[in-house]
Amino acid sequence: MHELALLIAAGIASGTPLLLAGLGLLLNERAGVVNLGAEGLMLIAAVAGFGIAFYTGQTWLALFGGALAAALFSAVLGWMVVYLNTNQYASGLALSLFGAGISAFVGAALVGKKLEITQTEGLFFLADLPLVGPALFQQHPMVYLAVTLCLGMVLFLYHSKSGRLLRGIGESPASAHALGFPVRRIRWISVVVGGAFCGLAGVYLSVVYAPLWVEGMVAGRGWIALALTVFATWRPWRVLLGAYLFGSVTMLQLHLQAIGIEIPTQFMSMLPYLATILVLALISRNPSWIRANMPASLGKPFHPG
Amino acid sequence: MIVLEKRQQPSPWMGYLSPLLSIALTFVVAAIVVSAMGKDPLRVLSLFTLEPLNGKRAIGEVMLKATPLILCSLGLAFCFRSNVWNIGAEGQFLLGAIGAGGMAMWLTETGLTEPGWLWVTQALLLGAFAGAAWAAITAWLRDRAHANEILVSLMLVYIANLLLSYLVFGPWKDPKGWNFPQTLRFADSLSIARLGAGMRVHWGFVVALISAGVMVWLMYFTTLGARLRVGGLAPGAARFAGFSSRESLWTVLLCSGAFAGLAGAMEVLGPMGQLTPHVSTGYGFSAIIVAFVARLHPLACVLASFLLSIMMIGGELAQSRVGLPASVSSMFQGVLLMMLLTFDSLIQYRIKWRAQTSKDLAKHA
Repeated sequence: MHELALLIAAGIASGTPLLLAGLGLLLNERAGVVNLGAEGLMLIAAVAGFGIAFYTGQTWLALFGGALAAALFSAVLGWMVVYLNTNQYASGLALSLFGAGISAFVGAALVGKKLEITQTEGLFFLADLPLVGPALFQQHPMVYLAVTLCLGMVLFLYHSKSGRLLRGIGESPASAHALGFPVRRIRWISVVVGGAFCGLAGVYLSVVYAPLWVEGMVAGRGWIALALTVFATWRPWRVLLGAYLFGSVTMLQLHLQAIGIEIPTQFMSMLPYLATILVLALISRNPSWIRANMPASLGKPFHPG
Repeated sequence: MIVLEKRQQPSPWMGYLSPLLSIALTFVVAAIVVSAMGKDPLRVLSLFTLEPLNGKRAIGEVMLKATPLILCSLGLAFCFRSNVWNIGAEGQFLLGAIGAGGMAMWLTETGLTEPGWLWVTQALLLGAFAGAAWAAITAWLRDRAHANEILVSLMLVYIANLLLSYLVFGPWKDPKGWNFPQTLRFADSLSIARLGAGMRVHWGFVVALISAGVMVWLMYFTTLGARLRVGGLAPGAARFAGFSSRESLWTVLLCSGAFAGLAGAMEVLGPMGQLTPHVSTGYGFSAIIVAFVARLHPLACVLASFLLSIMMIGGELAQSRVGLPASVSSMFQGVLLMMLLTFDSLIQYRIKWRAQTSKDLAKHA
């Protein structure tokens, strides 16, 4: 039983960056913008956050700085796709390639450096509960922050006026524009905030989860998070479910090794990528269902006037 | 305030000017970054421009690195033209390398090495086939399950990387190789002949140039090409004219997979001579940039491949000569693409200075 609790705990810990990035991408996509730059943003934030944590020793400062760095770069991306109407796919891809390059460039000096690992404390008395305690309540505070952000995203999107406006823009930017709302400004802000979420995910990886910097360490999680938004049919709670599910798949490989099943490590490491492909194929089988759930203006530029 | 105004017609000269402007501005950004790192920008600039073209050997290296870029970008341009977002050329490249490398390894072990040219040709074809088969997974999932090709093709890159790593760390490892993750060295007869003495560039370069010619013919002088181009520009019109988008999906993906696979095969049978985990230095991803810089035109892909090849070599030189991190090149490649996309919007829009918008005036009235 204790084994199971540890597996769940590990799944949640490794699913948290997917949750954070997935929420940010969900926000972008709800406003009608696809952000293929997620992988690059996470890398930029991961290296920025690791650098800050290494030189100052402040985890929270690192989280803030990393999120800020990612927000800055996604502001550039947002400016390109929202105001200049550049192709969203190509621009995001460009940002991902650029992010991979610049993070490796900046991080060259940080490779092999170590952070002091702070012991995470349990959450109040909850941590001492049998089974549930070790499974859920002995995590890094970031894990709970991610869940809180998910709750916040639900409240924002479905229970606030601005959230409803944002979703409306994603469905029909032309109508929102006709009603006098600044469609492009709202889209741009959503890209910036979504980028900051991706940034938090990146810093979590390099400062809390790993904690170290290796070139390309995000290892496709930005792309998996993009697949998650489709898997979740653009609903926050399903992003959370999907993220933890994917996190558990990642952890399963370590677990299978531990109980002595001999499969080459490379095949084990393929699991998250294979799972992503499988999930995409299963979820997209019915295109009319996807279309019914997808924000109608997703990926399409809007030019007022 | 500054506003973007839609042009009545796309500006023809901005189409040509935009790549040049992007290259120029990328150099400006590079100079700033390099100065900030405390290096002499002029010295680094020469490493990225003059040095790679200095002498016969150096030019041979530029041609050598341009070869896989040309092949991969031809296929990608073909895909992007018909609105199929295959960004997994890197994975298809690796499968080509695995296919051709595996065959050459087996031939070397069994001693079947003569006549070399025949075996090399077959290994190259096998590589192209392996690349196409890898791309077929993306096509099949897109066709049957409507799975997004961007995500699927990219996930397959990670899987291909792990597969290669499994092979060279595991069953294919050279038993006499001091435990290095690599296969045995292939027999000498199993390498592609070089173009000239003192240069590492091989006949694959010529094949790449011929391929570019074939693609020009295919895209602009055949009905198939016309169909694919219409399909990408106006899917509705293409369907109306009876062209199937499924057909074009399979055509472009298999074709670009084969090109990328061939490129990978050439890399192992050309300069490498064995399989290692580092067969590719990101050719499949750089080829995306090549395709965009070339505006998806096959002949321009050749030119843009030379540009990116020079940038890649410049990055290597910057590492060995002035001690900049090796990733300096991929960073500038990313800058180049972002600049290009930004300037490209000026083809459709013009920048206008407007004192007040009509809305502001309405407010005051």
